[in-house]
Amino acid sequence: MNYRFSSFFTTILAILFVVSCGTESSRSITAVSWGGSYGRAVNEGVNIPFTEETGINIQVEDYNGGLAQIRAQVEIGEIHWDVVDLEMAEAVRGCDEGLLEPIDVASLPDGPDGTPAAEDFVEGSMTDCGAGSVFFSTVYAYNEESIPGTKPSTIADFFDLQTFPGRRGMRRVPQVNLEFALIADGVPRDQVYAALDTPEGIDRAFSKLETIKDEVIWWEAGAQPPQMLADGEVVMSTAYNGRIFNAQVLEDQPFVIVWDGQLMGIGQFVVVAGTPRLEEAMEYLAFVTSAKSMAEIGRRISYSPARRSGMPLVSTHIEKGIDMEPHMPGSPVNAAQALRFDWEWWADHQDEMNERFSAWLAR
Amino acid sequence: MAGSLRFPVDPHRRTQLRALALVAPLVIYIGVTFIAPLGTMLTRSVYDPVVADVLPETLELLEQWDGRTLPSEAVFAAAAAEIRRAAAARSLGQVAGRVNRVQGGLRSAVTRTARELRDIEAGPWRESMTAIDSVWADPATWHAIQVTGERFTARHYANALDLQRLPDGSLAPQPVERRIYLKLFWRTLLVSTVITLLCLILGYPVAHLIARSPTGRANWLLILVLVPFWTSLLVRTTSWIVLLQTQGVLNDLLVAIGLVSDDGRVAMVYNMTGTIVAMTHVLLPFMVLPLYSVMRGIPPTYMNAAASLGATPVQAFLRVYWPQSLPGVGAGALLVFILAIGFYITPALVGGSDGQLISNMIAYHMQTSLNWGLAAALGGVLLVGVIVLYVVYERLVGVERMGLG
Repeated sequence: MNYRFSSFFTTILAILFVVSCGTESSRSITAVSWGGSYGRAVNEGVNIPFTEETGINIQVEDYNGGLAQIRAQVEIGEIHWDVVDLEMAEAVRGCDEGLLEPIDVASLPDGPDGTPAAEDFVEGSMTDCGAGSVFFSTVYAYNEESIPGTKPSTIADFFDLQTFPGRRGMRRVPQVNLEFALIADGVPRDQVYAALDTPEGIDRAFSKLETIKDEVIWWEAGAQPPQMLADGEVVMSTAYNGRIFNAQVLEDQPFVIVWDGQLMGIGQFVVVAGTPRLEEAMEYLAFVTSAKSMAEIGRRISYSPARRSGMPLVSTHIEKGIDMEPHMPGSPVNAAQALRFDWEWWADHQDEMNERFSAWLAR
Repeated sequence: MAGSLRFPVDPHRRTQLRALALVAPLVIYIGVTFIAPLGTMLTRSVYDPVVADVLPETLELLEQWDGRTLPSEAVFAAAAAEIRRAAAARSLGQVAGRVNRVQGGLRSAVTRTARELRDIEAGPWRESMTAIDSVWADPATWHAIQVTGERFTARHYANALDLQRLPDGSLAPQPVERRIYLKLFWRTLLVSTVITLLCLILGYPVAHLIARSPTGRANWLLILVLVPFWTSLLVRTTSWIVLLQTQGVLNDLLVAIGLVSDDGRVAMVYNMTGTIVAMTHVLLPFMVLPLYSVMRGIPPTYMNAAASLGATPVQAFLRVYWPQSLPGVGAGALLVFILAIGFYITPALVGGSDGQLISNMIAYHMQTSLNWGLAAALGGVLLVGVIVLYVVYERLVGVERMGLG
């Protein structure tokens, strides 16, 4: 073989190699999640193993919830988000508006013991276009150092300024706050949404909120409550349980979660309608909604798997080795004190409630 | 022959064309990134074809409805057919969302009706639909469909001005507990004015100092002004939280020197004070820079001349320096004011319950409630407000006197 021919041959090989690399790395999808410690848990627990197993790269993007970006992408027809971690109400609404791909529960992997996916998912965690991810809770937590003596233990204590003076942190939205106010005012947990269906119930919730309004600091981002508790800016605050858990376990903060009346919601993994990378997106969806992936998330942040078979797989925290069960919203003890967030009620009444809440705040 | 066919090239025209070619990229850029989005957004505030496109027959038949009793069986039949079709085409969600804004609770009623209608083969539709959900027996539901069925609509603007349309078509104020936007518009104007004045009071001496300093020192001072300008807005806002919060640096200092007691720490953030302090800081460079560029052009000899003619320093400032610096004041004030009106990250983070501005509401309707029509209408009202202020300003001060440096 003469020299010139071999160099020609090498060049062809090199080109082929480059081209094959190109097609390999073009198998890539964008997965959008909430960022922060939860985003990190999904990334380490699910995304990295997924890329190792399938060779599909994942571009991670963070967002703050809402359907606005998805709607804009679908309307323009320029889709760059493939899989998104949405809230329940948004997943249902996006599905009704045709923004999301329908998901067949039968296409999702069975549980480790062979239970079909349809039975493995906790009731109400699958929707037409969404597959349940993890349960998370809005709870309230306090800083042990700022409350000497008797510790608060019920939702009513959160509203009790006499026994527990000091400022409170609450999220600046009507959701959760109205429910907490009614529970604190003596409405049994299972009748909260029935009460909110009547104008009197809504008035009652607002007048209960009124009793602590002057002492409330309103937060916006999930990272704020642990910060405000640590700074002593508030003595107690509503918060996502996972954020408080991280502060407790990773930063050794003296925070205590009150599980009474915890408002439990569930996340939904969805696929944006019309994505050109549908096959890869569905592959990722099947991977991320396996019991193992959910448990991997649960080993990094205290959010409970949406599958029954996921819970026993969680066991201990990946770094600290502590038992995760007492920290999970879905553990039997904690779940017994929970109220399931009624996304349907909120989908119906969010606009009115938000106007009323904003008007009330500005008064 | 060939020569006479060629166009004579006018050198003047060629220069014009070249100039046009040079500005063309900018014109196209502004058209694509500014005029077009603005236009589509403003269109959205008055034009909403979704319900009209999805329920055309229902709306047509509803025109004969008297508005008080139940609509006829024909209306129900048309509605049932169109709801089913929309559910299959997955366009019902947008309809449900829109009628829900007029009458809370209809979103789930409409989607539930669509689900249950799947199993119903034939009429009478009036009985079946009212049996599925009692909202269909309520004239308010049909009224909501009629209102949202208008292709060209003023309802977003009415909503943005705290008005509502009654079933008889007249406008009335919203119930007290839902009146929010007018108040926020006023608050936004007020806060922006206060911030503009504060920026002027704080920025004027600084700009004067820089303009009068020798070049070396002036550069250093300018860098001090610019460094915060280059720092991320979020970083600056959160630093203010650290400084101002009740357990923060400033309160600790006040307690340490005994000015306030440990229980009497001052609330300086998560309220209007926090919003004003943080926004003034963020916007200060926009005041200092135009002021500086104008002041640098004022020869120092004028003040000396005024003094040598017997003017006191105050007189010299008021009658010689201040009028000459006015173009800078005008430019800075306008910049700060317009930026302040549209600010939303800072008030969202440090605003608390009374520090919210209208832009926070616009962001909410864009991102969360997806009521882009209302967001566009709120933006439209704001735009008109700013244009009116600009015209007034132009009459009073004159835009040609404005100096941006």
